Amino acid sequence: MTPSPKQLTVIKAAVFVLALVPLARLVWLTLTGALVEPLQFITRSTGDWTLYFLCIALAVTPLRRLAKWNWVLKLRRMLGLYAFFYALLHFMTFLWFDHFFDVAEMLKDVGKRPFILVGFIAFVLLIPLAITSTNAMVRRLGGKRWLWLHRLVYLVAPLGVLHFWWMKAAKHDLAEPMLFVVIVALLLGMRVWWARQKQANPTAQGRGQTRRV
Amino acid sequence: MLIKRSPNGIDLPFPSEITPRAVFENRRAFIRQMAAGSIAGGALLEMLSREAFAQGVNPKLAARRNAALSAQDKPTAYHDATHYNNFYEFGTDKSDPAENAGTLRPRPWTVSIEGEVKKPLTLDLDALLKLAPLEERVYRLRCVEGWSMVIPWVGYSLSELIKRVEPTGNAKYVEFISLADRKQMPGVASRVLDWPYTEGLRLDEANHPLTLLTLGMYGEVLPNQNGAPVRVVVPWKYGFKSAKSIVKIRFTRDMPRTSWNRSAPSEYGFYSNVNPEVDHPRWSQATERRIGEDSFLSRKRKTLMFNGYDVASLYTGLDLKKNF
Repeated sequence: MTPSPKQLTVIKAAVFVLALVPLARLVWLTLTGALVEPLQFITRSTGDWTLYFLCIALAVTPLRRLAKWNWVLKLRRMLGLYAFFYALLHFMTFLWFDHFFDVAEMLKDVGKRPFILVGFIAFVLLIPLAITSTNAMVRRLGGKRWLWLHRLVYLVAPLGVLHFWWMKAAKHDLAEPMLFVVIVALLLGMRVWWARQKQANPTAQGRGQTRRV
Repeated sequence: MLIKRSPNGIDLPFPSEITPRAVFENRRAFIRQMAAGSIAGGALLEMLSREAFAQGVNPKLAARRNAALSAQDKPTAYHDATHYNNFYEFGTDKSDPAENAGTLRPRPWTVSIEGEVKKPLTLDLDALLKLAPLEERVYRLRCVEGWSMVIPWVGYSLSELIKRVEPTGNAKYVEFISLADRKQMPGVASRVLDWPYTEGLRLDEANHPLTLLTLGMYGEVLPNQNGAPVRVVVPWKYGFKSAKSIVKIRFTRDMPRTSWNRSAPSEYGFYSNVNPEVDHPRWSQATERRIGEDSFLSRKRKTLMFNGYDVASLYTGLDLKKNF
């Protein structure tokens, strides 16, 4: 199944709008006063959606390989940027609602508490990926270097999950973080497996195309 | 909306007259209406009618306000105080208790008082309601998670009960044990905590006049999600110290092992006094947000030592950083 360029435009537009639904819901619930404590809800849901989008973006390559849907690659940049967008909102929630833009206080908090530090590192690592997401930047860096840089996401996703795990850890309520561990382990594990296969049998892989991991 | 009642011909200052429920709710409804416009009108109506139903369920409790022990802060809206709760026996989300606590049967109910006492007792709810004159006290409530509320509780000092059971010389601590009934409390099936929920105080803390044996709030009996039918409220400690839906009060020689302390000893100590200088390991306790009052876009308010209560004399000579 390969959509025509026109269909692809429609799909892209649909994904773009759908990805904004969580934000719209958040704004709606906050403005209507439906939430007793919006701060907590906003913090949680922006964090959740960062992880969802990271997982979805990481699922593009496996989906492409397993279902042979090469076209999904065209959605990956947008999905990755949405992960960054929700991470940015999550970070802003922390900086604004929690610390009221007191950067010194925020850094103190980041340094003191490992779970915040881990989340902060994951966020910082996403920044270069977002900055180099344009076509011009891909050209400037050269495909190979760009690819290597964007493998940072393999670090960001586990750090994000660790951040979530740690936040939940003391409450013995690990069902949700456990689910993310399984999904991310699966998504990254598949890549490791494919890389090993390629090492063992370099000619059998790739089906003549330049493969991206 | 103000209706004066005077039972027995005596004009009691009713708790609900402080800031009437209707005013709390109208304010919220008004804000909602403003924000939602007419589109959400249906949802709004549904919400308000549910509220009206809930009002009918909770009988009134006549209580004289104890002004000397009441905070001057503006009480939190009834809706917020009853729809944003930690009560893990009904689920871990803040909205779970209001949704799930309908299965709790607060009557009939008995509380047994036992352990190091000369006169162990088992009291039913009516006996508890009659044990001492009911007072209304407006207390600040500070949750360990960094939010706060102001709630007009109804009850009397726990010391009233303590003096009736006559603790022996061995009694150094008081342990509170909550109901843990799977049939009434869906959250008890989860492994989040070891059930039953257990909390404790040192005997002198339990005897402090501020420690309230609580049977109501906002001039009515306690709603299920707020710990019906009887709970304790210790306003200078984090909220989780104030055990809900108590079935047993035990006087002990040794410090009781409390639920949260057992679950995460590095995060929740036995004392758990509100203390802006002792951080929770995963967040600062220096500031808090007052539910429904502080805009979430504004700077958080500073947390006061002992939540602003004058109880420091209970802890002279005790290192509150070690004994957090």
